[in-house]
Amino acid sequence: MIVLVKQVPDPSKKVGMTEQGTVDRTKSLPIMNPFDAFALEAALSIKDKYGGKITVLSMGPPKADEVLREAITLGADEGVLLSDRKMAASDTLATAFTLSKAIEKIGDFSFIFCGMQAIDGDTAQVGPQIAERLNIPQVTFVEEINFNEDMTATFKRVIEGGHEIVKSNLPITECPMLITITNTAKKPRLPKITGKFKAKKAKIPVWGVKDIEPDENQHDKFGMSGSPTRVKKIERPNSGKEPCRVMEDGNVEEKIESLMEHSKINSLSTD
Amino acid sequence: MKNNENKLSHDTKGELSGVLVVVEHVGAEVSPSSLQLTGKGRELADQINKKLMTVLIGENEESLNKMTADLISHGADIVYISQHKELAEYTTLPYVRVVADLIKDIKPEIVLFSASTSGRDMAPRIAARIQTGLTADCTNLVIDDFDDPISKNKYQKVLFQIRPAFGGDVMATIVSPDHYPQMATVRRNVFEVPPEDKSRKGEIIKFESNITGPDLCLSIEEIIRQTKKTVDLKKARIIVSGGRGLYKQSEKGFKLIKELADLLGGEVGASRGAVDSGWIDHGHQVGQTGQTVKPEVYIACGISGAVQHIAGMSGAKMIIAINKDSNASIFRYADYGLTEDVFEVLPKMIEYLKKEKNIEN
Ligand SMILES: Cc1cc2nc3c(=O)[nH]c(=O)nc-3n(C[C@H](O)[C@H](O)[C@H](O)COP(=O)(O)OP(=O)(O)OC[C@H]3O[C@@H](n4cnc5c(N)ncnc54)[C@H](O)[C@@H]3O)c2cc1C
Repeated sequence: MIVLVKQVPDPSKKVGMTEQGTVDRTKSLPIMNPFDAFALEAALSIKDKYGGKITVLSMGPPKADEVLREAITLGADEGVLLSDRKMAASDTLATAFTLSKAIEKIGDFSFIFCGMQAIDGDTAQVGPQIAERLNIPQVTFVEEINFNEDMTATFKRVIEGGHEIVKSNLPITECPMLITITNTAKKPRLPKITGKFKAKKAKIPVWGVKDIEPDENQHDKFGMSGSPTRVKKIERPNSGKEPCRVMEDGNVEEKIESLMEHSKINSLSTD
Repeated sequence: MKNNENKLSHDTKGELSGVLVVVEHVGAEVSPSSLQLTGKGRELADQINKKLMTVLIGENEESLNKMTADLISHGADIVYISQHKELAEYTTLPYVRVVADLIKDIKPEIVLFSASTSGRDMAPRIAARIQTGLTADCTNLVIDDFDDPISKNKYQKVLFQIRPAFGGDVMATIVSPDHYPQMATVRRNVFEVPPEDKSRKGEIIKFESNITGPDLCLSIEEIIRQTKKTVDLKKARIIVSGGRGLYKQSEKGFKLIKELADLLGGEVGASRGAVDSGWIDHGHQVGQTGQTVKPEVYIACGISGAVQHIAGMSGAKMIIAINKDSNASIFRYADYGLTEDVFEVLPKMIEYLKKEKNIEN
């Protein structure tokens, strides 16, 4: 199994911006994309029950090996980091291309798990684009996976107004696929001390463009040149918004009173 | 520019057909988000002086015919229809095949999808098949000229795709000036359903795609819709919503929420967390897979503020959050907040309002 993880800025801290309008990653302490923690948990649950090896793969700055170590702490077997200046400024298509080349190099797998989206971009596009590039089926927004006796799988998928049960018609051993996992799936486990030890010792190879062996005509598929989309402008629409006023003085009764006075909802409900 | 067979340069842009909207439907009803996109698509098509095309995919001939008429009366010039027994329900690979084949054939300048769980499932895959750009979950689309500061190229009438990022902290404008079609998934309820004109005429074109064995490796076993009765929250001036933070005593929690909502003359809403836990019917759910609401006041009780929830309520004039975790994202969107236990706040708020009312009477 392969699990894709991404390092993202911590959302509880304000995002810093550079003058060019891109995210200033030096200003915010990065964390593992919370959705990816659910994807890793899905893989770990399968490993608990059926065995198998979990490789975690990330693309990002050299520092992103932290998220791979975090995944190893939780029970992943090995990590690979893709890091190369040539991969910078990739949009989802270029990112998916790069990751799929690395997956081809890693080799055999029965599942690729991704978080349903990353909380920085919120695009939910990289997973399906990898599946297309690898020519394998995908099931997105999955909350639960069950295996049947004939080793076909059923997936419970989140849809508008409810859920959908999707079934694989072939045993999973004959049909590798890519699954994106929601944050409504099984909660990620807590790290173990032994895992921390293993993670500290783990050697994490760093692959650049030349390590994933692009064909001759694929060199323009990385980074900016492989990215059809461009960010024209980034604005802070909420810069005008006042920060939330949290009622802090007094006991709960007094806080409610000042909330009612400030918000004036009572007058609204009676007119 | 290196040779890329799928890439159209902007010199050939004139030969592209117009705007294509990929239509979603439940049974014989075009979903409101697709009608909204048809309206916006009409506007964009007029701005680039080209046609508005829609594609309908399904199994049942009668429903397809009915929906064709709806699409034309809402602004479509051409309705492409793909009818096949394997297309009864949305599944990724067959739908991707149909839409990608059509795009390769008719070469639209712009393709729009709903940012639904199926739109966001198929669109990225189609973009990868065609090797073009895609912008997710747009909240606005504008045609404008783009002067590239890097290449110094000037592009006329490009699609500006505007979307929130970082959980709504920033708005990004994305362009894809060298690749066609320009594709976007679009959040629902950001555009209006256009007025209907039954006298409009349109062209109907049926086409077939070769759906192959490997496309059918997954099938839908069951669709579980949780809605018993939809409560119309769109017109409510005040909405009091409950989330998973009510888990300690969910029944009592929603009773308190109802009581507060009644006192304020408002309606009860909920997060998907609360709906999935079975505490309240999906008909009350607010968010990406629930309703989009724009009340004067939205009171979120025990709701963390996930983007999918925010997508449905960020249009509220005033947001009040009650959550005992002061780090919860909901406080990034709220105007007023109480970092207290809902079970303590709600009874006291109710008591306060009752007292106020007595004084007034
Ligand atoms: C494809 C997809 C579509 C989705 N669509 C929607 C949608 O339409 N609408 C939607 O809402 N979600 C949607 N979701 C789910 C969404 O991602 C979140 O999982 C969900 O909104 C969380 O609900 P919640 O805030 O109630 O629960 P949680 O995230 O668990 O938050 C509970 C909050 O309650 C607080 N709390 C706990 N106890 C108390 C207490 N005693 N007093 C006060 N506060 C307390 C906690 O601090 C926490 O912040 C979707 C997810 C997916 C994958």
